[in-house]
Amino acid sequence: MSIPTLIIGGYLGAGKTSLVNQMLRSANGLRIAVLVNDFGDLNIDADLIQGQDGDLLSLAGGCVCCSFGSDLVAALMQMAARQPRVDLVLIETSGVAVPGAVARSVRLVAGLRLQAIVGLLDAETCQARSQDRYVGDLILQQLHEADVLLLNKVDLVSEAALAACLQWLASVRPTAWVWPCQQADFSLEFLLEAARPIPDPVADPAADALATLDHWGGGERYRVPGAGHEAAFESAAWTLSAAQDPQQLCRTLEGQPSIVRAKGYFKDAAGRQWLLHKVGQRCELRESSLALGSDAVAGRLVVIALRGQMPQLMLA
Amino acid sequence: MTTTRIFAAKRILTMNPARPEATHVAVRDGRILGVGSLDELRGWGPSELDETLADKVLMPGLIEAHAHMMAGSLWRFVYTGYFDQAGPDGRVWPGCRSLPEVMAALRKAAAEMSDASTPVIGWGFDPIYFGEQRCSRHDLDQVSSTRPVALLHASGHILNCNTLVLQRADFLRADVNHPGFPLGADGLPTGELRGPEAMMPVFAHVGLGRELLGGDEVGIRAFGRICNRAGVTTVADLAATLGDGEVDNLLRVTGEADYPARVVSFLRLIGLSPKDAVARAVALREKDSERLRLGRIKIVADGSIQGFTARLRWPGYYNGAPQGLWYTAPEAVRECFELALKNGVQVHTHTNGDEATDMVLDCMQQALKTQPSPDHRFFLQHCQLADAAQFRRIKALNMGVNLFSNHIYYWGEQHAAVTVGPERAERMNACRTALNTGVPLAIHSDAPITPMGPLFTAWCAVNRLSSTGRVLGESECISVAQALHAITLGAAWSLGLDGEIGSIECGKRADFCVLDADPLEVAPQALKDIGIWGTVLGGKVFEVTSA
Repeated sequence: MSIPTLIIGGYLGAGKTSLVNQMLRSANGLRIAVLVNDFGDLNIDADLIQGQDGDLLSLAGGCVCCSFGSDLVAALMQMAARQPRVDLVLIETSGVAVPGAVARSVRLVAGLRLQAIVGLLDAETCQARSQDRYVGDLILQQLHEADVLLLNKVDLVSEAALAACLQWLASVRPTAWVWPCQQADFSLEFLLEAARPIPDPVADPAADALATLDHWGGGERYRVPGAGHEAAFESAAWTLSAAQDPQQLCRTLEGQPSIVRAKGYFKDAAGRQWLLHKVGQRCELRESSLALGSDAVAGRLVVIALRGQMPQLMLA
Repeated sequence: MTTTRIFAAKRILTMNPARPEATHVAVRDGRILGVGSLDELRGWGPSELDETLADKVLMPGLIEAHAHMMAGSLWRFVYTGYFDQAGPDGRVWPGCRSLPEVMAALRKAAAEMSDASTPVIGWGFDPIYFGEQRCSRHDLDQVSSTRPVALLHASGHILNCNTLVLQRADFLRADVNHPGFPLGADGLPTGELRGPEAMMPVFAHVGLGRELLGGDEVGIRAFGRICNRAGVTTVADLAATLGDGEVDNLLRVTGEADYPARVVSFLRLIGLSPKDAVARAVALREKDSERLRLGRIKIVADGSIQGFTARLRWPGYYNGAPQGLWYTAPEAVRECFELALKNGVQVHTHTNGDEATDMVLDCMQQALKTQPSPDHRFFLQHCQLADAAQFRRIKALNMGVNLFSNHIYYWGEQHAAVTVGPERAERMNACRTALNTGVPLAIHSDAPITPMGPLFTAWCAVNRLSSTGRVLGESECISVAQALHAITLGAAWSLGLDGEIGSIECGKRADFCVLDADPLEVAPQALKDIGIWGTVLGGKVFEVTSA
């Protein structure tokens, strides 16, 4: 059984280290091996560190952190062979790394399985950086090679700026799942689940999407209307602050034929956690022990709908 | 009472314009007491006249301002390069003119080994001369199938290994799918490993540890002897990791009485945040000795031109290869510059492509606004593709360049035909433009990427001949005198040591290069052929010995 491996990419300041710290804090018994380019960039919370032996830090809960310097493949091999067995490998790439090249290295190592490339973006700077004379091409490459995008630091930008950013992302990566967040507040489980594609029997025709923010009830809703007229889809994302009724949420989504895909995670009033997928017209619901990250978050939902037909969902 | 020794020479080229030539140089306490006529020097009091070098030409000890310690470490392995080359001990390794000759050299080395498990490692392998013929693991299995066999290419970017090594590294699999692992007809890797991603994991299985390549005692000593053979008395190692153990090794070995060179070791930024690197450099400065200088930082901004990893401005690579890679983010470069300027730490930055040069100049411009520093000695290393406008910016920012003139000979034809095209190939390593613009200039070998030999490097800058013998960019040729300045005072200035070394004048260290002929007298085309008798370091004579 091969070990799942997540690549965490993104430019300097996007929040990679915050995310790694979140992952370690929510490891919940999983033995995670974190690989960092070098300890120089590392800022693992001090209370997690239990000891250091050369290039290897031992962390709370049987986790380890290893600096790979210029030899990623050797470090990956070492982690693949490590005893006791590692449950998950997390690679925090350097800010100038090309994630696709890191993925090639992962595929080279017997015993590892690439789960996903997670791309972290700084909502404040990513769009401007994509135009940067020196690193613009790199930022776009990082964006294109990610399987799932975490748009971080949304609390630091105005609604209008966030809307513009999401609209831009929708034009660059129309089919990507973009999860807005602040302080990289995802749990490990959430991230693993978010990075997993929705099982889709039909090849995705181009779930073109994503977008703006407007506040809606107690939840925050992110939505961008009209990300370019050629796009057939648009999308919206919510961070939910209140518990949801699972059946009712399913019915709501199923009652909207213009919603072609949806993906969400939330708590119900009893505190149970649910995972929701909508593919075509059918919603799938399963109970999950998924931790969502920050306690203030009761759920997250991303919806992709036919362009111009995003329904007015009443969500809290 | 200390002794005064007066060396007589056929001619002494001082590099001091006030007194460019002399016949005698007086040395006391490892320093130059004076240079001039014997009569003038007798005025210093009792002295011994040393006529060992009476028929030689003395120059200031040559300075190789950009090499790597690995240039010393590799010689314990089997040299398999195309050209004859003398090792640190003077043993001449004959060039291998065909693939069978390479294999024969490796088999001979294997046969001489007393145990059954020691790896056989060849280096300097240059199959560009062997047409289409590639080396495969099956070839190396003929050397040995029971011990690891590896063959490092001259470029340093490719390694061949035998089947045993592939097995041990767990790469003898049918599911290997990576551009660094070409596959054979059997669907298995051929044993050629391209690029660091593919090579690095194999190093441990063939005994090429990071420490070894960084320089153990054997390597440091060999490095010193290579300097001696090249007439070099001061060499810059760009760059080292400089852990405590490594620094202790360096201090001890370079401090030995018979160590023939001064080493200036730059701390590489890789593996450290700018803040930690500057703090480390400041701490290392305290450990400086007469022979070892620390407390400087090296940054690598982009990759290499021949590896298509350099960052080029529009229109990019001549063959249409995609844009290269950043090795350090602009933000990190700027932060490092600011912190280093604030703390008086010197930073040299590797740029190959002209876009990387632009980036570094932008960072420097911003850093100088927050930390004005009139005499920072920040240099661009390689800076191979800079154009005239960039040299004007370099001048305006008071920076210097250490250009990679050896590239013109070794890869000039490839640059013209493949990487940057004929026009830009002619402006590569533009020494003339640098000098015309008033930019401080040094030139280098980047040994072991190309062999260390400042006179050869000077020959490249003067003649700009490619390996096929044609002149590549005649307008960028410089004079012999200018080239000699670049490998002495120019290089000394780049290291901030021009008050101490780089010329022969009263008060400076008694470091000389001892030549069989006068570089200002021989034909410029013959500069590289001048025999190097040895060096003098701190007044001590180091004759080049032959095995």
